[in-house]
Amino acid sequence: MRQDILTLDNVCADIAQYHILHDINLNIPKGGVHVLLGRNGAGKTTTLRTIMGVLHAHSGSIKFDGQDITKYHSSDIAQMGVAYVPENMGIFGGLTVEENLRLAANKGKFDPVRLKRIYTLFPAIEKFWDKAAWSLSGGQKQMLAIARAIIEPRKLILIDEPTKGLAPSIIDNMIEAFHEFAKETTILLVEQNFHFASSLGETVNVVEDGKIIHSGDMKEFAQDKDLQTRLLSLSLDQHQ
Amino acid sequence: MTLNNLLSGNNIRFLPVAIAFVALIMIGNPSIWVTLTVAGLAMGMMIFLMASGLSLIFGLMDVMNFSHSAFVAFGAFIAASVLGRLSGWNESDSVLLNMLALFSALGAAMVFGMIAGWFFEKVIIKPVYQDHLRQILITVGALIVSEQLILVIWGGVPINVARPQFLQSSFIIGDISIEIYRVFAVFLGTAAFIVLHLTLNRTRIGLLVRAGVENREMVEALGFKVERLFIGVFVVGSGLAALGGAMWAGYETLITPEIGAHMMISIFVVVIIGGLGSIEGSLLGALILGLVGNYMAFLFPKMALATNMLVMIVILMWRPYGLRPMVKS
Repeated sequence: MRQDILTLDNVCADIAQYHILHDINLNIPKGGVHVLLGRNGAGKTTTLRTIMGVLHAHSGSIKFDGQDITKYHSSDIAQMGVAYVPENMGIFGGLTVEENLRLAANKGKFDPVRLKRIYTLFPAIEKFWDKAAWSLSGGQKQMLAIARAIIEPRKLILIDEPTKGLAPSIIDNMIEAFHEFAKETTILLVEQNFHFASSLGETVNVVEDGKIIHSGDMKEFAQDKDLQTRLLSLSLDQHQ
Repeated sequence: MTLNNLLSGNNIRFLPVAIAFVALIMIGNPSIWVTLTVAGLAMGMMIFLMASGLSLIFGLMDVMNFSHSAFVAFGAFIAASVLGRLSGWNESDSVLLNMLALFSALGAAMVFGMIAGWFFEKVIIKPVYQDHLRQILITVGALIVSEQLILVIWGGVPINVARPQFLQSSFIIGDISIEIYRVFAVFLGTAAFIVLHLTLNRTRIGLLVRAGVENREMVEALGFKVERLFIGVFVVGSGLAALGGAMWAGYETLITPEIGAHMMISIFVVVIIGGLGSIEGSLLGALILGLVGNYMAFLFPKMALATNMLVMIVILMWRPYGLRPMVKS
């Protein structure tokens, strides 16, 4: 039994006057890719933002690597080794590709070995190194956002819908890249593309109305069409 | 090729040159044109000093600080007082003593602006972050209180500002006369721009500020405390405003407590037409405002008062986000 790197215990969080998360319980084991599934508006993004400290839980507790981070500021959570790739990618369009990565590198200095690995995984990063990030395509921006998350060793990476709007060929490359860096870290992935999610995920948690309504093994979930249809209320074939 | 194509991308930086060229044709007299152009550049550089800080404060902190011009006013009065106290140095024939008086005045204004800016951010601005309505109310209130404080300290009578001896004369080249003070203002503004530009583009703090202007939340998610950056930017912005006010006092030579309120419109116009959070945009906007203001006053004196608004309307119709907008995520 692997130790959990992240535990959410009865977490409730609001956005303005709206209650979004209601007693979320989540256990993410150390290492590998773990998927958070759910329909639009179920609370997936809010869960990631609450873990990252962008939003604060008003009750419950969040433990990361054994430490209670419920009230921590997002910068402190990042310093503890958590990286966040938001749904909008969070790219700084006015900065170059290099500057975007340099911000995330420890003291602004690159580790040559990691940088070389990023070039191999995402050749566009090297090609457009000096270009302003706003000039990149959607897929290249996503690669930059992920490269920024792995430019330093991280204990946990929170990634929100990395395949949104990407061409199928880029998604296949992305699966390969995720397999590669999931060897050294833990990834909590929010994803709507079931093919992508099931190709990578070890475990799955399904969110509905701000609650976890199913937790289990991804392989079993991928084989159980009835369960998928019941929990996600849609025909998953269209996503495969 | 349309004007829009000609002035697209980086070519936009040549807009002040294009304006000066058109003005030369319209004025027809090169000596008058040179005098007006130097005056316009000097005025533009001083407005740039005042506006650049506000642009960063707007862009990075999303704070509508209507009391920014209070720092301009205090800078002007503090510089005037220091120059008055150091009148012996100021009126001496020694350029060294003149410069000591001048830089003491500018330094005192800037240091006061920075300290007051720090205090202001902590006491007035911090409680109203992310609430624009309260920001407007409290900063307009602070501007009124500042003006009254100036009245209490310096009185309501306009104060004469003695320029240092070495900045009182003019260069005479043929029939062209150029005030040395204006040339000095251009040099000081250029130096401030270079320092700001290098800091923003060549240092890690500058990189963080540029990133923070675009997406504060993401900078924090990368492990940085943006709040500390805010204070730094506010302090520097307030110091620059006070420096600009001190220079403006020497330019006007007669100042009243309303000096800040008078400059406020120009400062806001520059920040808006330059593009929020953009130092290059502020410089371009300030130079355009300075040049067009001087050319219009000569060519169409009756239109001079409307110059700021006309420039803003034309530029915003052409570029709604300003001349060099920062890319917002």
